[in-house]
Amino acid sequence: MTQPDAAHEPVRDVREKAVTVDGLDDIVEEFLVESHENLDQLDSDLVALEQEPNSRDRLSSIFRTIHTIKGTSGFLAFNRLEEVTHGGENMLSRLRDGALELTPTRTSVLLQMVDTVRALLASIEATGGEGAVDVSAVVAAISAAMEDAPAEPAPAPAPAPVAKAPAKAPAKAPAARKAPAARKAPARKAAAPRAKAAPAAKKPAPVPAAPELPAVLVDDLLQGAPVVMAERIVEEPVAPESVDHPDTDGAGGQGRRAVADSTIRVDVDLLDELMLLVGELVLTRNQIVQNVAKQTDTDLIRSSQRLNLIASELQEGVMKTRMQPIDHIWSKLPRVVRDLGIQCGKSVRLEMEGKDTELDKTLLEAVKDPLTHLVRNSVDHGVEKPDARKAAGKPAEGVLTLRAKHESGQVVVEVADDGAGIDPAKLGAKAVERGLITVDALNRMSPADILQLIFLPGFSTAAAVTNVSGRGVGMDVVKTNIEAIGGTIEVESEAGVGTVCRLRIPLTLAIVPALTVECASDRYAIPQISLQELVSLDAEKAANAVEEVGGAQVYRLRGELLPLVRLTDVLGLTSERHDGHVVIAVLRSEGRRFGLVVDRVINTEEIVVKAVGGQLKAIGLYSGATVLGDGTVALILDVQALARRALRTETVDRQESRAAAAAATVETERQRMLLAAIGGGRRVAIPLDTVTRLELVRTDAVEKVGNREVVQYRGAILPIVRLDRHLGAYNDSEREVLEVIVYADHGRSVAIVVEEILDIVDGEAAVRSDIDDLGLLGSAVLGDRVTELLDVRAAILAADPAFYSTHPTALTPLPTVPEGTTTSLLEV
Amino acid sequence: MTAAIENKAPAASGQLATFRLDGDLYGVEVEHVQEVLRSQQLTRVPLAPSAVAGLINLRGQVVTAIELRERLGRPPRPEGTDAVVIVVRLRGEAVSLLVDSIADVVDVDASDFEAPPDTLEGSARDLIRGAYKLDGKLLLALDVHKAVGA
Repeated sequence: MTQPDAAHEPVRDVREKAVTVDGLDDIVEEFLVESHENLDQLDSDLVALEQEPNSRDRLSSIFRTIHTIKGTSGFLAFNRLEEVTHGGENMLSRLRDGALELTPTRTSVLLQMVDTVRALLASIEATGGEGAVDVSAVVAAISAAMEDAPAEPAPAPAPAPVAKAPAKAPAKAPAARKAPAARKAPARKAAAPRAKAAPAAKKPAPVPAAPELPAVLVDDLLQGAPVVMAERIVEEPVAPESVDHPDTDGAGGQGRRAVADSTIRVDVDLLDELMLLVGELVLTRNQIVQNVAKQTDTDLIRSSQRLNLIASELQEGVMKTRMQPIDHIWSKLPRVVRDLGIQCGKSVRLEMEGKDTELDKTLLEAVKDPLTHLVRNSVDHGVEKPDARKAAGKPAEGVLTLRAKHESGQVVVEVADDGAGIDPAKLGAKAVERGLITVDALNRMSPADILQLIFLPGFSTAAAVTNVSGRGVGMDVVKTNIEAIGGTIEVESEAGVGTVCRLRIPLTLAIVPALTVECASDRYAIPQISLQELVSLDAEKAANAVEEVGGAQVYRLRGELLPLVRLTDVLGLTSERHDGHVVIAVLRSEGRRFGLVVDRVINTEEIVVKAVGGQLKAIGLYSGATVLGDGTVALILDVQALARRALRTETVDRQESRAAAAAATVETERQRMLLAAIGGGRRVAIPLDTVTRLELVRTDAVEKVGNREVVQYRGAILPIVRLDRHLGAYNDSEREVLEVIVYADHGRSVAIVVEEILDIVDGEAAVRSDIDDLGLLGSAVLGDRVTELLDVRAAILAADPAFYSTHPTALTPLPTVPEGTTTSLLEV
Repeated sequence: MTAAIENKAPAASGQLATFRLDGDLYGVEVEHVQEVLRSQQLTRVPLAPSAVAGLINLRGQVVTAIELRERLGRPPRPEGTDAVVIVVRLRGEAVSLLVDSIADVVDVDASDFEAPPDTLEGSARDLIRGAYKLDGKLLLALDVHKAVGA
């Protein structure tokens, strides 16, 4: 097929060869492949056309695509396909010539036609015939759409004499269509000028007809069909060559053709095989490099380094052959958004950033459905109706943004809408109502955690099940599919502003960068995609830094609390590290972070993922296995599953002990508390779940806004409340560095200044009293000392009176202000 | 691939690759056996069923190893003796069986076949298709599909 010799033969010879030498099956296959490609382009073109209805270039391009399909289908005797495309072509030719105007109805009809063509092609692909696809409805719709126009077809000027032409012309078309398969450059170049000439030649035919008939009877219309055919015939003798080049017009077309000439089609299976071999090569390379490192022979070392480089380049090259721009799957989405928007009565604009981002073909296919689902979800549930948007002060037209980019060896794909966002309160209530979580568990969750609940099976927040989505199968399926390819998904949302779904997908499935760790003298691989950082603590430091909270270990990672999971515990093994060192791999899963404690970190290595047998898959902790550089087999940890297992059991444990505690002392609620000194020997306890971060702030960084103290923090202005003044404990020692507790919610943050952060304790054993003061909830005995329980809400309001105003639960009025101390802070 | 048919005709004649396990002689259909290896380095799989001895690296391919002693409810292999690995291929997937030692390939005749002796008990009974009465000894025919379906 791709013989270079053929490319230089005269056009006609090649054509004849194509028809005679190759079997019909080849022609049909080629036809199917090209038609599918063209149809994808067509969808985007049609939607784009709606934006600029007068774009002659686009119309011409669409026209030619349909024309090509029609010509070939006639030749291959796919009559119904020909009938449909014929109708479409009629309308398009008139649209192109300005005899008809493009209305949404007509666009819809054209899209409908494209769908029918697809259905027919699918049937041909599956069965070799046109099957039972019914075309009469579409044909009628096209006729009707043309009929309601003021301008109507020409009076039949001599259809008879030319009537033979269409039969001939299409016959040529498929032959010419063979040509591109043979990469027949000269033929294309010859065709190009002619193609450009064609529209000019065609033009006169329909134009005179246009003004005359304002309304036509159905009978006339029926006659209209041959008429239009006649009009098409004029261009037919010219068209066959141009048929191959739906993109002949403009520089873009030229560029694309150049690309097409320099490419060949390769069987994906062959690429898969190459990829496997490269994977094996990489493994062998790893082994050789590792062994050679022990040698002293410089020549050997040099060649091994060379092997190392070449293997890496080869791996990259082979990976590239499988890469496709994400636009391949995005190109279908404008159509989806448009149709759905109309169906839902919403106006949605689709924007795409990073169309050229490439990823593995297999992954691309795997991401297609989840992505479409997310987009549908966004249009259906995310974007509000126009009037609701106007009421919220937003433009009536919603914007759905698709973003794709490479980020540290992964592809990040975002589906973002500027809709109403997801209300965590509603979501949480729904989850409780469905019995998916308990109220207790919900209360302890941060809004970000609550959002992730939408990935639970059987969860749908749609109030009503619509035709589009909300049938209860949804996000959990999306999540399962994404995880099946080693990716992750998380959702972020801000009420009133919008929702972002973020997919992280590995670049390729076969070879993944991974961290190898040791645990109980076995090695395990952790895919880098989940790894955030590594923390190593020596025995002395670990003793202080790793804190125990009600049986659960936490580590303060730059002030943020990181739950720790010991791999040995999860796997039911005994650690062989007895020197007290703690090595933590900070992992991210489903938007949450946790620290995995391992015995030691070995190195990072490119690993080839091998499937494990059914018995091991059922364990649900390993996503596969790999062969390491020294030839030993290592299991690959499934971080998502690990997090789910470890973190859930933790919650269940805590829930149980919580229930037990509740039973023992009705009033005491088991709660983790942060203990802080506020000066004057007073200690306050702050519920840990209200604490976002612990920070140190330099005193000289504190600035004033009006009477209020603020500090610049992560690019935002953070209001400060000094707890000593707020609670009336006077602390005159001016310190250089302030210890602050940052509390954040709904995008707002406040900083609570304390004298010193003392400890994290369990509130279970607390003996409470009702002795309370302003700004306090009461007091309790914690760690043998009487500790005051801070009314966090009041403290926060002291720092930022508007803090809860956007919060759905902020219905209670401001609490009374402690006398004399913070009044000034409350004034703006 | 012929496995399914083989399975349904327990009294088939043919060749069995035989091996010893805790003093008994067992056999698997020769067509399932891909190769026999000396003891291999095993990577254990925490939380796996007890019969899964671990994973072995078979020329770059990761293969699950099933400890047949455990599977058949026999005591563990004595310290200091290495297992022999029989790699079997079932439905295109390679699985390995750990046994005590490998013996001959034996031609068996359907007329010598008998259902599992009633003295066999527990898990072993499900995994043994039956016994071939050879000269002076019994050859237990292992149902290899069930044996690897740990």
